[in-house]
Amino acid sequence: MSNKKKTWLETNTFHHSEFWNLLHLIEEKEKQGLKISLCIPTLNEEKTIGKEIIIFKSELMNRYPLLDEIAVIDSGSTDKTLEIAASFGADTYLSADILPKQGFKPGKGENLWKAIHQLNGDIIVYVDADIKNIHPRFVYALVAPLIYHKKIQYVKAFYDRPLAFSQGVRPSGGGRVTEILIRPLFAMFYPDLTGIIQPLSGEYAVRRGVLQDLPFPIGYGVETSHILDVYHKWGMDAFGQTDLDQRVHRNQTTISLGKMSFGILQSFFNRMQKYGTIEKLPELNQIYKHFQAQDQQYQLIEQTIKEEERPPMSTIPEYRKKFGLRKQKA
Amino acid sequence: MAAPPTSINDLLNGVESIKDQVKEIREIILANLVMMGEIPAPTFEEEARIRFFLDRFTEAGLDSISTDEVGNAFGFIRGSEGEKNILVAAHTDTVFARTVDHTVRVESSRIFGPGVADNSLGCAVVASIPKILQHLGIQLKQNVLLMGITRGLGRGDLEGIRFFMNNAKVHIDYGLFVEGAQLGRLSYTSVGMLRGEIRCNIPDEYDWTLFESSGAISILNEVITKMMAIPLPTKPKTTITFGSVSAGNSYNTVPTSGSLHFEIRSEQTGMVGKLQQSLEELTDEVASNTQAEVTLNVIARRRPGGIDFSNPLTKAARRIQESLGIVSKIQPSVGELSALIDKEIPGLTIGITKASQMHSLNENIAIDPIFSGLAQLVGILQAMDGEFFDE
Repeated sequence: MSNKKKTWLETNTFHHSEFWNLLHLIEEKEKQGLKISLCIPTLNEEKTIGKEIIIFKSELMNRYPLLDEIAVIDSGSTDKTLEIAASFGADTYLSADILPKQGFKPGKGENLWKAIHQLNGDIIVYVDADIKNIHPRFVYALVAPLIYHKKIQYVKAFYDRPLAFSQGVRPSGGGRVTEILIRPLFAMFYPDLTGIIQPLSGEYAVRRGVLQDLPFPIGYGVETSHILDVYHKWGMDAFGQTDLDQRVHRNQTTISLGKMSFGILQSFFNRMQKYGTIEKLPELNQIYKHFQAQDQQYQLIEQTIKEEERPPMSTIPEYRKKFGLRKQKA
Repeated sequence: MAAPPTSINDLLNGVESIKDQVKEIREIILANLVMMGEIPAPTFEEEARIRFFLDRFTEAGLDSISTDEVGNAFGFIRGSEGEKNILVAAHTDTVFARTVDHTVRVESSRIFGPGVADNSLGCAVVASIPKILQHLGIQLKQNVLLMGITRGLGRGDLEGIRFFMNNAKVHIDYGLFVEGAQLGRLSYTSVGMLRGEIRCNIPDEYDWTLFESSGAISILNEVITKMMAIPLPTKPKTTITFGSVSAGNSYNTVPTSGSLHFEIRSEQTGMVGKLQQSLEELTDEVASNTQAEVTLNVIARRRPGGIDFSNPLTKAARRIQESLGIVSKIQPSVGELSALIDKEIPGLTIGITKASQMHSLNENIAIDPIFSGLAQLVGILQAMDGEFFDE
């Protein structure tokens, strides 16, 4: 292992227990005059959303005023997600209602992107809505490295508590897609990035200055492409990662992980080309194929998975106006 | 800070507005419920919940935060005068094993999860009291001792509260026990109660040719038949409930052991003791008839007692419930209250909200009535504090 990576792992990897002192964290936040927004992207999450809102509102707004706003940005749930979220005091938005001139694309990345315009925080923390064992640490332990370390721009969660380890690198606790697809790709092309233990985790906190300059794939590729973009533009030192112990959530089927991987690969190859890591790609197929069997009959299922991408928010005129950015040079 | 009520009428006029004010900190109370509810706490394994109590007490800056030998949690809210002590407590144990999925689910009007009503909500309320009083701007005259009680249910047999009552270095003047459900519950007496187990064991050297027998099952059947033949007075009310019976595990193997769990309740002093004696005679008789070992084990006992319906404290509590539109349901307690009654300390047990499917995995509570339940609790606390019992 290179010395550089070891240093990054040592200095930029945290455990949530380091940040138990919320009073101190809030003091520091206020000293820096920061505003912090929580964004929960949703699509039919009525089973878990109520609990998340209650916990975050009670612990991180009422008791300890770390969060300035809690927002649910929804892709069009057909269940009671929004009703429940609103009843416990979250601000609720339909993704389609934000930046109406930009249109609406269905996808989680779209909600994350629109949050940058809708929310006012200097830091936005994204937390998925399907966490069963929700706890305030899912927010404060991601925000804390940004408050305490000026250089860090983008903090990812990971969920992995080794019983014992003696070396600089701990055994990884990534999911199936991470271990079978992402880490081998990173190891091959961006060895530094293998230090990010769970590149696909849906929980991260980011400074506005970075968020507004990131393009957003709206589908599966959003986390992967963020990592590559932040790495190219701000370098490894911009990343932090925090161990949040355990995350209990729904398990996905292998088929759906296949689709996810297909989407991620599109984003990954596009980035490789953009950054000149590879010279010329053939046109990438956007039809994903998998099989379904009925008795002895095998049926080929085809599905279009197109990783559409939103441009950096800082290029959107409405955003520049709202946040008082100077006119862009032509 | 709100001006403290000076009479029961003054207090009754204010309870409705307490309900609305408590709603303003709804998420704090519900978050405590969610966090408390997701900590498994079978009887004798309440440590993690107790830790949560202590953390909340510490955050609220309570005085004399501590635990004791049986694991109870304590914290004092000191009063401005502090001459008397009011105990406000909830039992922390639940009937669910550690292995049960304790995930709590929140919908817009109900909360689901094993133990949410009995007694995660009671615990969450006790842990939230400092915040509630602070939000309402209420400064009490007397000390309030908040307590999370261990070892209450089943084989715990009220060990937690009994240990405290027998060893406390402070004198308790009033007690208020908080149960998650049902709203309207008002207990001020303890019913005489005995929970027991009758075990039947057939010795290895048993002579199977002696009787026409199907082993432990027929012996327990004889016990049950004899118990059902015991004459019980209908007034004062006395009942025997058979709770469970277990023996055997196949179609054709004669079981050599079995057990029967039951509970006797009686409002008549001395009746439970008399019935215990009958049961001892009965088991001896069956044992000698069958030559099997038939033994009676007493798991828990309560003495009847308490204050009267017309006692000024219960009267005040009923008026507070009435002014909040809560229908009082008077029921005797077999829980923590009886440990207070044993020491002749006046006390009440109240419920906080409406619950359904109690003690099932789908146990759930209604959110909205919680605020009436809390206003009721604050009202009763103020009545105890000001001793507004005269009118």
